[in-house]
Amino acid sequence: MSAKTTPDRQQFTGSMRFLHWLMAAMVLAMLGIGIAMVASLGDYHRLVSIHRPLGILILILVVIRYVNRRLSSLPPFPATMSPQERFAASASEALLYTLLLVQPLVGWGMLSAARYPIVLFGSLHLFPILPHSVMLCAVLRRTHTFLAYLLFLAFLAHFGAILFHTLIVRDGMLSRMAPWRARAR
Amino acid sequence: MAPSGANQDAKTTKRSRELPSETAPTEKHPAPLTAGNMVARLAAIGVLLLGVVGAFLYLGGWFSPQKLTPARFVDEFERGNGIHSGFRRNHAKGVCVRGFFDSNGQGARLSKAVVFKSGRVPVIGRFSLGGGDPHATDILSTVRGLGVEFSLPDGEQWRTAMINLPVFPFKDPQAFYDNLVASQPDPNTHKPDPAKGAAFLASHPETARALAIIKGRAPSSGFDNAAYYSLNAFRFVNAEGASTYVRWTLAPVQPYEAGTGASQDKNFLFDGLIASIQRHPLQWHVVMTVAQPGDATDNATIQWPEGREQVDVGTLTLDSVESEETSPARDINFDPLVLPAGMAPSNDPLLSARSAVYSQSFTRRAGETKEPSEITPSEVRK
Repeated sequence: MSAKTTPDRQQFTGSMRFLHWLMAAMVLAMLGIGIAMVASLGDYHRLVSIHRPLGILILILVVIRYVNRRLSSLPPFPATMSPQERFAASASEALLYTLLLVQPLVGWGMLSAARYPIVLFGSLHLFPILPHSVMLCAVLRRTHTFLAYLLFLAFLAHFGAILFHTLIVRDGMLSRMAPWRARAR
Repeated sequence: MAPSGANQDAKTTKRSRELPSETAPTEKHPAPLTAGNMVARLAAIGVLLLGVVGAFLYLGGWFSPQKLTPARFVDEFERGNGIHSGFRRNHAKGVCVRGFFDSNGQGARLSKAVVFKSGRVPVIGRFSLGGGDPHATDILSTVRGLGVEFSLPDGEQWRTAMINLPVFPFKDPQAFYDNLVASQPDPNTHKPDPAKGAAFLASHPETARALAIIKGRAPSSGFDNAAYYSLNAFRFVNAEGASTYVRWTLAPVQPYEAGTGASQDKNFLFDGLIASIQRHPLQWHVVMTVAQPGDATDNATIQWPEGREQVDVGTLTLDSVESEETSPARDINFDPLVLPAGMAPSNDPLLSARSAVYSQSFTRRAGETKEPSEITPSEVRK
């Protein structure tokens, strides 16, 4: 860990903030597409055709983001956070990173086990990462749903925590990740 | 993942020990909230969170329980047929085949798909009988299906699920579903209620017209001398980027012979196919019918006018037959929207719905214990 917490840094680096908001939009879209497509007849194909490449893009971005995080200096936690809160924040961050990595892999594995071609767009497609096995596919399909709900709950907790800090504690926590440059304090 | 969280924690703590007065942001002591203000703010948080949850439930169709979904579709199949563990919810009875497709290169002007370049690609397929009973008795008038997966050299796939009807009786998913509901057996008579069937036909003249076309030709005597149709239109895109709408037909090389109604064995259609394929490889011409502007591409109940250009793009040869129990084809979903680049869906609403419902059926059966098929490995070896 090469993080350097320079005393004047109150914000995550520009690249970290950019990746955060980009992925936030993508993951929310992905969850929405996922829940809509399983209940859809007319839009099913269109939604699946977005779901697959977007999932793979998220997989690539989460790896880049993790490496970037490891190489970036991080702002300190606000002093308003208790050790328990800091632990919860770190744990939920670890959970989110893990889910963003594992969920696309489960999706890719599930399509592989079902022997579907993993089409991204046009003739561009990925190789299968698992052998053809419908039993395996069934397990991964259920796992994919479970992880999607878990990811949604983790997002709600994350969103709820930042709302609480912004509206109730009012410690300026949102400015750490704000897409704009926060005023130096 | 992200172990640096803990690291960061430690560093921060250390730093706050060093610089106790500077860690706190300027808003360290914002004015305390009044009780009313606090409640309003908490309520706002609650509303925002509930709003997000509500939006997702809305997307998932939770507020529209009457909406036709893939799950409701498959539920209706299961209601009529019961659940047969491990089997497809429709076209449950089947046997698997292998062979190859020899492209003659003629399709390349319609579609840039690699499958239409001159050459041979391997195929795996499955012949089936319509209906959800995997042990149904073969009947000439029952719909016969053929699903084929073409494995393209670059790893792409083309899958098609065809039936032996020149047109499809239902114009959209709702009509298909309504007919499924109308033809469920009556709990007392165990037969479909003729009044419901008549009412459906009265409100769906396009179905009546399609059935007249279907009844215009007697079903062939077997799987081997039947033609199979894509039904839905697809959009082909060639190397120049030009789009054409096509439907395809597998036209049998084996001569057509009308089936006779004489008393037959339970599996006579499947046994006939097995005997036939063991005598000699079976062949079909893959013929693309090209639409003219104005031809219906969004309605599979309508036949395109006579005289449309037909392009024979190659020959499908099926030379071996296998029980579902030993073939990977049992576990392939012949989703008609698994298409290579150069082939795309048309605006026919049935296509996306077929893809969705097949996927739902596949997901349900994938995890179930696989019961033995009616056409067993020993039946195939006879």
